[in-house]
Amino acid sequence: MRVLDIKLFRDLRRLWPLVLAVALVIAGGASTLLMSVGSYRSLDETRAAYYERYRFADVFASVSRAPKTLVRQISEIPGVAAVDVRIATLALLDIPNFPEPATGQFISVPDGGGQLLNQLHIRAGRMPEPARAEEVVINESFATAHAFTPGARFSAILNGRKRELVVVGLALSPEFVYSIGPGDIMPDDRRFGIVWMSEKALASAYDLEGAFSSVNLKLLRGASEREVIKRLDALLDRYGGRAAYGRKDQTSHAWLNHEFDMLRNMSRTLPPIFLLVGAFLVNLTLSRIITLEREQIGLLKAMGYGNFAVAAHYIKFITAIVVIGIAIGSSAGTWLGIYITGLFGEFFRFPFLVYSYSPDVYLMATSLSVAAAIAGGVGALREVIKLAPAVAMQPPAPARFRHFLPPKFAINRILSQPTMMMLRNIASHPFRSAFTMLGMALATAILIVSLFTRDTMEQLVDVTYFMADRQDATISFRDKRPRDRVIDEVRHLPGVLAAEPYRAVPALIRNGNMERRLAISGRPRDADLSRIIDTDLRIVTLPESGLAISSMLGQILQVQVGDFVEVDLLEGQRRSVSLPVTALVEDYFGLRGMMDAQALARLMREAPAVNSVHFSLDAHKLDVLYDAIKRLPAVSGMALQRDSLANFRESVALLITTMASIYTLLAAIIAFGVVYSSARISLSERSRELASLRVLGFTRGEVFRILLLELGFLVIVAQPLGWVFGYDLAWLMQTRLAGELMRVRLVVMDSTYVLASVIVLVSAFLSALIVRERVNRLDLVAVLKTRD
Amino acid sequence: MKQPVFSAQNLTKTYTSGEVEVRALRGVDLEIQAGEVVVLLGPSGSGKSTLLNIMGGIDHATSGRLLFGTQELTALGDRGLTAYRRRHVGFVFQFYNLVPSLTAYENVALVTEIADRPMRPEEALALVGLEARMAHFPAQLSGGEQQRVAIARAIAKRPEVLLCDEPTGALDSKTGILVIDALLSANVELGATTLIITHNASIQDVADRVLFFADGKIARIQKNKARRKAAGLSW
Repeated sequence: MRVLDIKLFRDLRRLWPLVLAVALVIAGGASTLLMSVGSYRSLDETRAAYYERYRFADVFASVSRAPKTLVRQISEIPGVAAVDVRIATLALLDIPNFPEPATGQFISVPDGGGQLLNQLHIRAGRMPEPARAEEVVINESFATAHAFTPGARFSAILNGRKRELVVVGLALSPEFVYSIGPGDIMPDDRRFGIVWMSEKALASAYDLEGAFSSVNLKLLRGASEREVIKRLDALLDRYGGRAAYGRKDQTSHAWLNHEFDMLRNMSRTLPPIFLLVGAFLVNLTLSRIITLEREQIGLLKAMGYGNFAVAAHYIKFITAIVVIGIAIGSSAGTWLGIYITGLFGEFFRFPFLVYSYSPDVYLMATSLSVAAAIAGGVGALREVIKLAPAVAMQPPAPARFRHFLPPKFAINRILSQPTMMMLRNIASHPFRSAFTMLGMALATAILIVSLFTRDTMEQLVDVTYFMADRQDATISFRDKRPRDRVIDEVRHLPGVLAAEPYRAVPALIRNGNMERRLAISGRPRDADLSRIIDTDLRIVTLPESGLAISSMLGQILQVQVGDFVEVDLLEGQRRSVSLPVTALVEDYFGLRGMMDAQALARLMREAPAVNSVHFSLDAHKLDVLYDAIKRLPAVSGMALQRDSLANFRESVALLITTMASIYTLLAAIIAFGVVYSSARISLSERSRELASLRVLGFTRGEVFRILLLELGFLVIVAQPLGWVFGYDLAWLMQTRLAGELMRVRLVVMDSTYVLASVIVLVSAFLSALIVRERVNRLDLVAVLKTRD
Repeated sequence: MKQPVFSAQNLTKTYTSGEVEVRALRGVDLEIQAGEVVVLLGPSGSGKSTLLNIMGGIDHATSGRLLFGTQELTALGDRGLTAYRRRHVGFVFQFYNLVPSLTAYENVALVTEIADRPMRPEEALALVGLEARMAHFPAQLSGGEQQRVAIARAIAKRPEVLLCDEPTGALDSKTGILVIDALLSANVELGATTLIITHNASIQDVADRVLFFADGKIARIQKNKARRKAAGLSW
């Protein structure tokens, strides 16, 4: 091995804490990239493989009742590759030892052979036997929530008749990766389950022999989904068809898409920030390390080593640090990526996981880090190499220090000498000080951007559950029902304190060529349980006519209050109308349209009708109430706000905060790396000065304070700047994470700023403690012996 | 007439250090013959080190000409000066300038690896009497030993010129004499032209010629009739 390489290894070993600190900064950046891109890609590929293998449909539609003879006509629609018809219906479930009413999404499975589309992955047990009307397969998460295994029993109210069912299998389906019950905004596996049973049994329960109520299509590659949907709607119209829709509007797929979009956007927003911050810090640190090597560089040149050989030696040194950083970052990033993929995979209950670690991500992380590090090192190297060896071997000329104020000013006498030293030191290296401060500010900023999601989640919970939707429960009906009768029924239920009826009509809302499918909900004028909150977080009352829409929808359609939108009602007479937008609503889940119930009834040209009722209830009478609801024939499900909130915290919030915690940890490591390397290099740069002070009689503590003063000053001054950067980055994150299914309002609480700064200050304190050891070991004799 | 190793004509050097301009050399004319031992004496700031640095190719003159044999050093760029140092020059500095992370042997090997016809590092270390301390790091060696490692490093490439800037400045007299002895034996064994800067007037006796510096100029030159042996020195 060449002697220069031996020197390289020894230098790396001698400087290991510093090398490790810089490597950790690189590792922090690289691992965020590998973790987030890796897990996103793995999950995306897993989903694609799952859909492919289990033949997830492309187009979905439901009808009241259509004859199976229609299948031939549907399959003749150009672009259709496969048609799968079945019976699908919602029914209340009665589960032993579970008082709350649960809902089952019943789906028929063909008795003769397998399903053509949306095939099941059986996790335990078997499919139902054709002749056994009581046998069912249920989705695994529902089974887990109730500890059901094959052989377990529960009841369902099918078409008004209670039937006992036996679980014979547990399954997963690409159609229900996300299963959300009627009236709910979050999955609740205890109160919503998918139940597959023999077609013959389900058909006989609902008098649908020879008929179907749900149709799924697989399209040929390149087929026009829009065209197929148009033709399918035309065919199904006379059978009570509700508008068909594509994957984009399929609940499970849309939620999955939203989650994946969030992951993807996170992977495109945070890692670049981390990587760039890391690169900047590495650049800064390495340029200072190289500057410290000035004398050795001069010596090597004096001995006859050429510029190229000297540069190559130090580039090797820099590369070694980057390689260490990348090695740590790759292992940690890969491990975290697998962990996150597993976490989400378990949450979504994918039957298998595909881990995707394409080399391009590693290459990207490596090349960016190497480039940043070399850019930092080479800039400084060029400065040093430019010097004649004789000059390089001399310590640099004393920096030009200046008076802040003319010497006669009293401030010069008020401040202590160490404070003056600190201030002049900062002023005489303005760029270095500014960059160090910037580095520390960025450390605070990436902490804020990692931590702020907690705040936005709390704000979401506050607005959604405590300001807007304050009802205790919602019951939904399978079909629309006359308003007055429903109100009468519900008011007489035990424990109901107040009730508000709602009508939901599926609709297409359009402005120009932008359109979205949603449900317009008709609200009672004096609604008090469920309120409309506008973007200024004020409660608004709807005017008699016009439409209130989610502010997100307003952005998508590019409409303001007062503008008109085209609305195609997708039920009843399917009228198309033009409505004014009367309010933009602050909401965080889905795209919604709301209007006065009477105005909606007029638009629909129908008598007042409802699909669901919100109500507040007396918590002491829950059990009686649940029993009564289970006996109501037309109810398809009941949603409880309390459970919904708990589920939100358990699922979505958990995933987001897990991600945020990992990012916070990585940000804290970066913050520590920055502060430590900065302190350590300051010590090297000033070791002669500090040792001289010791020779003059300063104590270790005093010398340590002089060193810390500058670092402490920069760390503290950096904080407000870090808060500003942090807020801006959080804004960027929030904007990029906003989706049609879920979004957040940017809220950064004071406690988040404080926590981010505390983490940076604690890092500073810990690195100071480590550096203190070295201050104590300053070699006083060496200072006297060597020249200056 | 034999071609001198160095010939300088009206060599000047002006430094800008911080906000101060220092005229370190104010026109030096000089010729040095092959194999000569020359001692440079003079107060601090008189220009000795500046001249030595320019002769060693580690600094540039501001004006004037300096020839090494027939090669004009003052006309060389960075690449040319690097090659010149690598082939022809050995340096010994006051504060040794060893690489702290390398052992004595490795510090010498640092030079032998890039030289054209070097001696083996152990051979160079034997010449300065340090064959037993080869595996020691600089921090494990005394000042005199460190300086002898630096001499071994300088002579290992068999240089034509050996430039020494206060080689004994940081050493006590006994160790200093050992170091001078090592330098003189290298001069004899290798025939290397040897220039020694010193503040120590007694060292002038080992030289063929002594150059007295003042205010960036050579004030006078003294020619010694005979070179004294290092063992005969005392201070």
